[in-house]
Amino acid sequence: MEKNLIDLHLIKSIHTIEGIIELDVELEIPEHGFITLFGKSGVGKTTILRMISGLTKPDSGYIKVGEEDWFNSSKELNIKTQLRNIGFVFQDYALFPNMTVEDHLFYAQKQKDVNHVNDLLNIFNLEELKKRKPDTLSGGQKQRAAVARALARKPKILLLDEPLSALDSETRQILQQEIITAHRNFSATTILVSHDIDEISRLADKVYVISKGRIIISGKPEIVFDNKEPGIESSFNGRISSVSGNKLTVDLNEEKHNFRNDDQIKITPA
Amino acid sequence: MDNLFFQTFEISIKLALLTTIILFLIGIPTAYFLTYSQFRLKIIVQALISMPLVLPPSVLGFYLLLTFSPNYWFGDFLARFFDIRLAFTFTGILVGSLIYNLPFMVNSLQTGFSNLPQSLKDASYTLGKTRITTLIKVLLPNIKPAILTGICLTFAHTIGEFGVILMIGGNIPGQTRVASIAVYDEVQSLNFAMAHKYSLFLFLFSFIIMIFIYGINKEFLRWKKI
Repeated sequence: MEKNLIDLHLIKSIHTIEGIIELDVELEIPEHGFITLFGKSGVGKTTILRMISGLTKPDSGYIKVGEEDWFNSSKELNIKTQLRNIGFVFQDYALFPNMTVEDHLFYAQKQKDVNHVNDLLNIFNLEELKKRKPDTLSGGQKQRAAVARALARKPKILLLDEPLSALDSETRQILQQEIITAHRNFSATTILVSHDIDEISRLADKVYVISKGRIIISGKPEIVFDNKEPGIESSFNGRISSVSGNKLTVDLNEEKHNFRNDDQIKITPA
Repeated sequence: MDNLFFQTFEISIKLALLTTIILFLIGIPTAYFLTYSQFRLKIIVQALISMPLVLPPSVLGFYLLLTFSPNYWFGDFLARFFDIRLAFTFTGILVGSLIYNLPFMVNSLQTGFSNLPQSLKDASYTLGKTRITTLIKVLLPNIKPAILTGICLTFAHTIGEFGVILMIGGNIPGQTRVASIAVYDEVQSLNFAMAHKYSLFLFLFSFIIMIFIYGINKEFLRWKKI
């Protein structure tokens, strides 16, 4: 069994449209793994990524990456974002308007590594665009540049905050393939926030379903999102009201999703 | 007479240049602090900096004159320990100018910083870059129009400054007599031809600067749309 790279327990009160909720999440993520956080907007998925990156401080808990403590409230330890070896892809891309695509990749590197930059430009089909500034790029091209920039410093952990949500389905599929290739080549442990089930099924090894600040179900995407057989309908709102047979139906994001209830899925009552 | 005319403009321009350069250096950290700091009393600092926008220049000039005067403790302290005299000297009108023009520089820069998405700063931090690197390589290059507006406004406003300089500098040729005060002085002596000469110069000068500011902003908007 692969050893865990990230081991974390994060607690934080967050303001959402439904009022203040307490985010309380434990994750163990294997090295080179690709996991997804799934749930409707406002449940704290982005906050989890921000806490891992150090941009938001948890109220309490810990983040352990390999042998290093990045955050530990009992030791009053909180390592600065700059010292955490991560790549973060923001929902709004956060490209720098003054830099060309190529400038972005070089800026991200501690030491100039032309080969790595060329590899990234190649994987993300950015060679032709490398002298262009963000304002002249389409949504998909910006997204590619943002992912390439995040990978330019060879991060241990790649955090993707709904990177493909604003793109049309064709562009999204091409980019999903590029993300798979990049993950295979650079094998950064990846955490993706998404609410697209097809995307999660294509990309991730494991999905964590988050509702009202808690992980309620986790498992392999194909098992968690098993829509093949009609399940027994039972309303589910981030809290398990009943488990009937081997089927659960969960209402997330105002859509109904069927979950198979068997021992391959961990169910944590809220 | 022509000599005095050029000397007066030289002082005006020297004052405006020095004010602009010093305020640019002070303005960046101040605007950065006002935009990003979580400091609770920030609002008080902000209000103090913006006071010259609403305060009559004569009020500011009056208090500065008292502060600079060797009859009061601060002026006395400066004179005794540093041999610096601020009342009725060029250094004095420079200090007055710095205080008076602070909001023009700081507010322009602050608007620039606030209009940048927070994620730019966050993204730079996640790439391992320090605050200083982020400021120099990411934030400042992306608020160029705000920087240029701040510089031009400060420069133009210093050229047109009157009340504060008259209060603390008086009208000493070669030292504190600037163009705007010269206009007043010439009118007082009923020398309208000379007053007209100064005024026309000031008018054209300010007009060119305003065209420049609008030109920059228009150019930037055009550039953003490409």
